[in-house]
Amino acid sequence: MTQAPMIEAEALTKRFGSTLALDDVTVRAPAGQVLALLGPNGAGKTTLVRVLTTLLTPDSGRARVAGFDVVANASAIRSVIGLAGQYASVDELLTGRENLELAGLLYHLGKPVYRLRAREALERMSLTDVADRPVRTYSGGMRRRLDLAASLIRQPPVLFLDEPTTGLDPRTRNELWLLISELVAEGTTVLLTTQYMDEAEHLAAAIVVLDAGQVVAAGTADQLKDRLGGNVLEVRVTHRADLERAAALIAGTGSAAPRLEPELNKASMPVKGGPGELIAAGRALEDAGVALDDLGIRRPSLDDVFLALTGHAARPGNGDERTGRRRKERTA
Amino acid sequence: MTGVTGMTGLAAGQQATQPVPLTMRLALRDIGGITRRNLLRIARTPQLVFVSILQPTIILLLFRFVLGGAIHIPGVDYVDYVVPGIFLEAVLLGGMTTALALAQDLQSGMIDRFRSLPMARSAFLAGRTLADLSRGVIALAALIGLGAAVGFRFHNSAGACLAGVALILAFGYAMTWAYAAIGLAVKDPQTAQMASILPMFVLFFASSALVPVSTMPGWLQPFARNQPATVTIDSVRALFEGGPVYHDLWQAVAWCGGIFLVFLAVSLRLYRRATV
Repeated sequence: MTQAPMIEAEALTKRFGSTLALDDVTVRAPAGQVLALLGPNGAGKTTLVRVLTTLLTPDSGRARVAGFDVVANASAIRSVIGLAGQYASVDELLTGRENLELAGLLYHLGKPVYRLRAREALERMSLTDVADRPVRTYSGGMRRRLDLAASLIRQPPVLFLDEPTTGLDPRTRNELWLLISELVAEGTTVLLTTQYMDEAEHLAAAIVVLDAGQVVAAGTADQLKDRLGGNVLEVRVTHRADLERAAALIAGTGSAAPRLEPELNKASMPVKGGPGELIAAGRALEDAGVALDDLGIRRPSLDDVFLALTGHAARPGNGDERTGRRRKERTA
Repeated sequence: MTGVTGMTGLAAGQQATQPVPLTMRLALRDIGGITRRNLLRIARTPQLVFVSILQPTIILLLFRFVLGGAIHIPGVDYVDYVVPGIFLEAVLLGGMTTALALAQDLQSGMIDRFRSLPMARSAFLAGRTLADLSRGVIALAALIGLGAAVGFRFHNSAGACLAGVALILAFGYAMTWAYAAIGLAVKDPQTAQMASILPMFVLFFASSALVPVSTMPGWLQPFARNQPATVTIDSVRALFEGGPVYHDLWQAVAWCGGIFLVFLAVSLRLYRRATV
């Protein structure tokens, strides 16, 4: 069954000074699904969201949201979309309820309607207890939920979420994931930007990988993984000093250069086959006398795909608490 | 998070996809909503209102009691001369918070949120400036009381005096739009604060607010005599104290109207293109 896409961007280009923020970007999001835009900081994700939500005019190309052109019908789009971002744009001095009621009024809902919707949204986001406290007293997660509630007041058929979980603790992030899944089950089309592979994998029916303003790949998580066409060999050394030597020893068996994660004493690389490469690598390491904590073969993750596609990791370095937690989980 | 069906009618079939056209009535309702937001903000930061009254109060006391004794202006008590100038300073000072608040809204992403809503484009700035005007009214009321306490008197009819107060507020409101343009142009709260001191210095000090223009050096006089703050203060003085008013009043009204229209256009343009 083919359906007209809810979000459609064709050959969008946007330049800021000498930076090409969007370089011939084409994406399509079918109705009632989540499309994830995946990419590192500066990949152009936010610029694309800003074009699609009418906050920026593209230099060239066309885009339609819910059938309306982003340039010609900007005001029509604004009444059918919701936008929530990483900055949680809610007024610190107003209460949660006042923020939501203001958003409802500005979406041109009648007073009885927006009062009811604000009450329901507060309940849905578990904010009823703090509804009449100033937002200044809210935690980061509460703010993010309130921001999302404000974008939902109009019950928009299309929702844009710009890095909705960046900086949130794992529990709050899971709550938001659940909520996004519920909205999609109710028929909402969601375009989500994220730097996190697991978020894209968990929520999105389709993933578009952006890097330096260009679409470098698009498809489902499995399709993207299949592009790597094999497995990933992973080795964890006991002594960090051995890591580079170990990487050099296994390099010959891989289809690309090993990636080092020194903070985890870990090296990994894509391999074409499986068991044969594992045995060869094991033998080479044993002959050289490298002490190992772990050696194994696994299915590629989106991280590996991203690395293979762009030549660099999707996420910024190792300063991110969440990143560290996730990496430990995977190797455990 | 409650997993229940949640909001009424969120099922796909019931989602409204048809946009509602923006009418004048809706635009006014938007302005009302934004004004209310900003009035609530003002009510919840009474310390800001207090300080924006305190500063002109100190200048008034300084010129009334410390420096005023050395300034002699023929035919008028210095207190009656200086108080209208202080009123003007108070509304100029109030405008600085407009620049600061808009730069803050831009940085915090509030402007993105508002620009992504179907609200009237002018409502965000109109609501801001109207709320700031209300703070100007509060400051002016406090300063009229204080002025009376230190010897300032209205000598003209009630109607003329009210017209004088209205002219100060009109000047303050027009300047609020200039400050709005500054806030949107510099985009950073601290820069906005520094940048909005400049018009304040030029307009207030190089005017007839504190001393007559005739005491200034010759090269400065043409500017000082014709700039908007001077013609406004001079007509306000005439409205408060009696005397010929029409020439200055005509110029003052033209300045207020001109400043308002130019910076309304500039601010709306900056708002439409606002990016952090």
